[in-house]
Amino acid sequence: MPAVEVNHIVKSYADKAAVDDLSFSVAQGEIFGLIGPNGAGKTTTIRMMMDIIKPDSGDVTILGENLSEASKSKLGYLPEERGLYRKLSVLDSIIYLASLKGMDRHSAEEKANELLNQTGMLHHKGKKIEELSRGMGQIIQFIVTIIHDPELVILDEPFAGLDPVNTELLKRMFADLRNQGKAVILSTHRMNEVEELCDRILMINDGRAVLYGNLSEIKSRYRKHSVILDFEKELREVPGVTEKRTHKGYVELVLDGNTTPQQVLERLLSTGIVINRFEVATPSLNEIFLEVVGERHE
Amino acid sequence: MNKTLLIFRHEFLHTIKRKGFIIMTLIVPLLALLAIGVFQLISGIAKPTVEITTIGYVDESGGFQQYTSQGNITLVCFDTSDDATKALVKGDIKEYFVIPSDYVSIGVISRYTLEKQLDAPADITAAIKNFLLSNLLGGRIPPETIDRVEAPLNLVTTRLTETGAVAPEQGGLGNLIIPGVFSLLLALSIIFSSTYLLQGLGEEKESRLIEVLLSSVSARQLLIGKVLGLGVAGLVQVVVWVVSAPLLLNLASSSIGGFISTIQLPANFLVLAVVYFILGYLLFAVLSAGIGAISSNSREGQQLIGIFTIPLLIPLWFGSLLIAFPNNPIWVVLTIFPLTAPVEVIIRLGVSDIPAWELAASIAVLALSIIGGLLLTAKVFRTYLLMYGKRPNLGEIVRSLRSA
Repeated sequence: MPAVEVNHIVKSYADKAAVDDLSFSVAQGEIFGLIGPNGAGKTTTIRMMMDIIKPDSGDVTILGENLSEASKSKLGYLPEERGLYRKLSVLDSIIYLASLKGMDRHSAEEKANELLNQTGMLHHKGKKIEELSRGMGQIIQFIVTIIHDPELVILDEPFAGLDPVNTELLKRMFADLRNQGKAVILSTHRMNEVEELCDRILMINDGRAVLYGNLSEIKSRYRKHSVILDFEKELREVPGVTEKRTHKGYVELVLDGNTTPQQVLERLLSTGIVINRFEVATPSLNEIFLEVVGERHE
Repeated sequence: MNKTLLIFRHEFLHTIKRKGFIIMTLIVPLLALLAIGVFQLISGIAKPTVEITTIGYVDESGGFQQYTSQGNITLVCFDTSDDATKALVKGDIKEYFVIPSDYVSIGVISRYTLEKQLDAPADITAAIKNFLLSNLLGGRIPPETIDRVEAPLNLVTTRLTETGAVAPEQGGLGNLIIPGVFSLLLALSIIFSSTYLLQGLGEEKESRLIEVLLSSVSARQLLIGKVLGLGVAGLVQVVVWVVSAPLLLNLASSSIGGFISTIQLPANFLVLAVVYFILGYLLFAVLSAGIGAISSNSREGQQLIGIFTIPLLIPLWFGSLLIAFPNNPIWVVLTIFPLTAPVEVIIRLGVSDIPAWELAASIAVLALSIIGGLLLTAKVFRTYLLMYGKRPNLGEIVRSLRSA
């Protein structure tokens, strides 16, 4: 049973379609990237998944059922822009929001202490939210998002404004969630985070799906016909290479249509140069994105 | 319902722990206690300071020689205005007046004083008047009649019930004090409670906490939990005031006595105060929730709600007119119009009776407005709660109401 099944959802505001006929599914035990530029319709899609707003048409099933009050407790949501009750203490904030997800007070407090300890925030638990730094507040919100052990966790730009230490902490916790068989949806416009964490992705632009599927498949599909080479000594002319682009620390060799990277490697070795690095160039998600979006715009 | 209860509990506890709320709840009884204390203190000091005031007069008309002791004021005769002026400057007398030779035909008395005054003090005026009266009438009619001419009327009013018995509630100024003060407190309590609601929603909207809340509970649960939580907190405040009023009144009338002991609570007052708080609050809560949903931050929301709090306060502004003209039909309108009703009814209770049909109509109109407002608010609440940055204009709201 997929964690999320989205079928042909449409949502329009005034005369503009924010989400236009979007379909995808997310499996349990995977980290799914929902990516796209600002204003692509990511947040609107998430809100429809959370049943905060209703789609004009199409439907969403979460864990095999339409979302109801009861099934909202199986979801954890970290919205893009964040805040908590400024005057409330850390522990009280966590317990209140956990109780709205159906946890009883006692187990909420127990779990809160455990998570605060895990994130090194335990000694801040009596402080008011307004006394915390921005990054600390974000960690507290992440705790609120996962404290009730949700089956599906949706995170909208989770790393925005976090320092590298907390970013690593969060990444580790995402991996833990996946290993526990939870579905994690990561919505972001930062492609490098997606490449590092996600198993599958949905890329949307102007409310429509432009790329959908396994991340490594997508990358191989958009593989350019070139190799990356770091070497010592002088590089001579290699047959089958049409262009040589010099970058900092490496050169990129663009191959002609009939030459495989394997053949180039053999030819390079035969010239006698010392090769430190040789790899088939895969485009970054960012480049794929620009390529795809560029295509659509043309 | 369980989650509504959780929100209710959170909002209630969060509100009654607020410093502003605690201060506001306690300050009213405390101020009343303080006022009683200060009254006792001042009246204790003030009593022995009664002293005899000496004023002068010049009798050019003749025949004004007797009755020179008028209560605490003693009158001293001078032969000429110059003598009187010298005595005034020296400080022997506080002031003097001149009875001109043609006084009996024209009635003009010229008064001279060193003090800057708005008008002649009442006790001085009364003393001069009684002195003139007594001298004019003295010897011609019996002294008892002179006393009656000086004070012809001591009006004692007794209100009877329809059966002819003496009514338990006698009316009068003593009856107005508590409703007058209470109507102000009621208005403040309604405004504070609905402002808390507006601020709370504004804060949740600004911090985007609203999205987390709506991913856990429905908009309806959120709305009901908040309105009831803050409402019960406001009710606690009103009940504290209402309960402390009779206690303080007993304390005050036993220690101060006099006018205070004539203060009484109008019949049904406590019940109506609570009923009108609940209805008034619910109406403003519904309005606040709707405004909180459409405005992009709490500051903007508070400006918008001002449009509705002004009518709430109108009965207070016109309170003195109500006392002067209690039977004008405008008060009936203010009693029935839902935004003015809560405060108007409480003030009117102190001034006159309110016919049962007016109360029934007023409560019915308030209840209907609450239900109507709730239906409208529920429609805009979910739509606009998630819109940030831009407040929808009236046309957009009307359109979304139609399509919802």
